[in-house]
Amino acid sequence: MSAPMISLQSLSGTTVFDQLPAGAKSGACASSSCGSSAKPHEMDSAVWEKIKDHPCFSEEAHHYFARMHVAVAPACNIQCNYCNRKYDCANESRPGVVSERLTPDQALRKVIGVANEVPQLSVLGIAGPGDACYDWKNTKATFERVAKEIADIKLCISTNGLALPDRVAELAEMNVDHVTITINMVDPRIGAKIYPWIFYDNRRYTGVEAATILHERQMSGLEMLTARGILTKINSVMIPGVNDEHLIEVNKWVKERGAFLHNVMPLISDPAHGTHYGLSGQRGPKAMELKALQDRLEGGAKLMRHCRQCRADAVGLLGEDRGQEFTLDRLPDKVTYDASKRETYRAVVARERGDRMAAKSEALGMVKTAGSGKSLLVAVATKGGGRINEHFGHAKEFQVYEASPKGISFVGHRKVEQYCLGGRAEDKSLDGVISTLEGVDIVLCARIGNCPKDRLKEGGIRATDAYGYDYIETAIGALYAAEFGSEPLAATA
Amino acid sequence: MAFKIIASQCTQCGACEFECPSGAIKFKGETYVIDPIKCTECEGTFETQQCASVCPVSKTCVPA
Repeated sequence: MSAPMISLQSLSGTTVFDQLPAGAKSGACASSSCGSSAKPHEMDSAVWEKIKDHPCFSEEAHHYFARMHVAVAPACNIQCNYCNRKYDCANESRPGVVSERLTPDQALRKVIGVANEVPQLSVLGIAGPGDACYDWKNTKATFERVAKEIADIKLCISTNGLALPDRVAELAEMNVDHVTITINMVDPRIGAKIYPWIFYDNRRYTGVEAATILHERQMSGLEMLTARGILTKINSVMIPGVNDEHLIEVNKWVKERGAFLHNVMPLISDPAHGTHYGLSGQRGPKAMELKALQDRLEGGAKLMRHCRQCRADAVGLLGEDRGQEFTLDRLPDKVTYDASKRETYRAVVARERGDRMAAKSEALGMVKTAGSGKSLLVAVATKGGGRINEHFGHAKEFQVYEASPKGISFVGHRKVEQYCLGGRAEDKSLDGVISTLEGVDIVLCARIGNCPKDRLKEGGIRATDAYGYDYIETAIGALYAAEFGSEPLAATA
Repeated sequence: MAFKIIASQCTQCGACEFECPSGAIKFKGETYVIDPIKCTECEGTFETQQCASVCPVSKTCVPA
């Protein structure tokens, strides 16, 4: 099967203005806390310039741009109870799939190989599998080599923060504009339940003493980054009964210290991964528990809701992983960077995203003028570009949006087993899709057959391909107006 | 007076290699190996053996 990729044609094709209902007024998103989905006019233009091509720091950008991670940093200075170092780190790197560790030279080859083939590529991240700031020699060598070949690629790292204060100056020198720190606590007594030990200053520390050192280093690293204008994202693993309530406090602390974005991720604790939490029966949060906590955090540090908890060697748009296409044995021995695909793609995106933002603004206006107090949960099948452009049966995940008097906001994604594999529809997986989509009112996709449509309907979920290839927000705006507005859809021009 | 690495346990993260103050640890073939001649067990340099203290898997860097 060929890899899912937004074709340039599909991006430059359909426009939706002629499909917008007449009388739609433009209006801005009322929620200032949908930070990651914020549009340029809502934020400082210098900040927008920094995040507009970064799929993790901007929900808007994640429809267009792809990241890749190179696993050059296997060494770590901390043990976390959700990570089993004998295998891939469970939270950074999905279990069950082999990750390839690379030397900086191999990483350079891979980055060029991917840049030549994946026009959406905009960010190179180093997220382990260990700690990028601790395994610094490898991280630095990789960044330096790549930056020399591909000048416009954004460099990004993920760290536990322990070694971070020692690296801030060099990160700034290398123009690393985006740093993610995993901060699971600000109270060392809670930290002691998450971290069995740290290695710092040439010895191993345990218990509250270890967590205290980690906490102080994390806070000072964050403050140093903020002082230098480097954007920070805070990742927190939500561990029910351990730090779930506490993350409200964490959110306040990081907001005060200038964190740009807060990403609360669910603990992954499958016993098969052999992590301490997996083996001790510590459960992860349910999707609704995660959403409830995120909703309580609204108003604090801005939240990221489009995280896919990707692997330390992921390649592609956030909802996909093309890593397996770019393993070392599949790459040519000698690669030369060819900027043409990335440049063409960027030109198309620049036009397209302007269109989409205008369409989005109109759609938000439609939702508001509908004057309903109700909310609508919509699941969208998309392969990128901000459009409804994936067939129902081909979707591996649905992006869920909520339309309410507050506007249209992205609330998360739900992974499903593909219903239609290799042209054959599987009834069993359809049951799975229906239960995964629990609570969703309407499914939007590019195409759907009558059979799955009827089955979904029996499960209480409507599905339609009437808005196929439209912008997501345009379709949701029209749907909302049709559903709750005083003017029915007859108003469509 | 030397440590060794139990190869079957080793995750090959390489932390021991760059923490070793004696330069006694190298990647050889499939795994990291401690040169018993160079290994000082960190005596006189650090209060704990650096390889064992940083190793993510217990009982992997052990007295030979």
